[in-house]
Amino acid sequence: MKTVIPFIILFMLTYGYIKGVPVYEAFIEGAKEGMNITLRIFPYIVAMLLAVGMLRASGGLALIGLILKPVTVLLKVPEEILPLIIMKPLSGSGALGVLADILKRVGPDSLTGIIACTIISSTETIFYTITVYFGSIGIKNIRHTLMAALMADITAIIVAIAICSRMFG
Amino acid sequence: MINKIWFFIIAFSVAFAATNGKLEALNEEIFTSLKSSVDISLGLLGNLMLWCGILKAAEKAGLVEKLGYIIRPVLGLLFRDIPEKSAAMGAMVMNITSNMLGLGNAATPFGLKAMAELQKYNKDKNTATNAMALFLVINGAPICLIPSTVMSIRASLGSNNPGAVIIPSMITSLAALTVGVICCKIFEKREGKME
Repeated sequence: MKTVIPFIILFMLTYGYIKGVPVYEAFIEGAKEGMNITLRIFPYIVAMLLAVGMLRASGGLALIGLILKPVTVLLKVPEEILPLIIMKPLSGSGALGVLADILKRVGPDSLTGIIACTIISSTETIFYTITVYFGSIGIKNIRHTLMAALMADITAIIVAIAICSRMFG
Repeated sequence: MINKIWFFIIAFSVAFAATNGKLEALNEEIFTSLKSSVDISLGLLGNLMLWCGILKAAEKAGLVEKLGYIIRPVLGLLFRDIPEKSAAMGAMVMNITSNMLGLGNAATPFGLKAMAELQKYNKDKNTATNAMALFLVINGAPICLIPSTVMSIRASLGSNNPGAVIIPSMITSLAALTVGVICCKIFEKREGKME
């Protein structure tokens, strides 16, 4: 599926070319916008990676897992996937690292492995996205965004466990 | 909210590391995280320049408006206060379409563009609009048709069926999306009443 990207580029540029758009100049103009956006969100990336990295390094992430144990037992969340549930809203690449670690230990085709994969592909790095997206336009009061996004995240976890247990249990 | 979360994560980390003797590891992590933020940002710089450039060419040709015909009616129903033919709607449609194809790197520039366009409809530039909150919630429950990264990891770890996760992922995303959208609408209404 990685090979789809050249075709998307070809398709978009061809379409523009046929419609008489000066594609090279348009690309440069857009690329300049892209450069400005990156410069604007760079500080947000530094801030988030710092906080998450510190939480992991201090052992705090592991402690939170221990504290949440009663909840995870109640919701039938396999203990192995807890770090993934904590990591995914914060950092996408961090979560992928955690996933690889889980799959290595429980096996990719085990029920726990499939639940972990389902959770990671149906949830998003909400804290990170909210910080970066709102940060890029200078929004300070995010209102109900985080609450609603968390509800969706929790739903995904519960549904993933239920569906996978039925299909693969 | 973000101010509080960020501060407490850091304050807690330092305090906790100090009590269990992990200060050295913490110190090391601070500088490792700085290095990886630079790496990520440099990668993002290239990606954003590529996709913003391509998008600009397509935008000038009117392709963005055409591409989203399938999901646009649905988005139109959800985002009643955003004009259907606006650049904001176009960027949101492209962001969601890219996410559906598992092109995370492509989705981010469209998403940032969507936020910038949505800001033009905002009266109070410091406060999120209903549309922004809803867009981020939809963004947070991606209906991924091809979870390419996850399938690659599964395959590399010896899975017999890397694609086994596609169907459960889609069902799960759809459920999360539904709950997220309903929550957004409820929170909007409740806030409106309080004012």
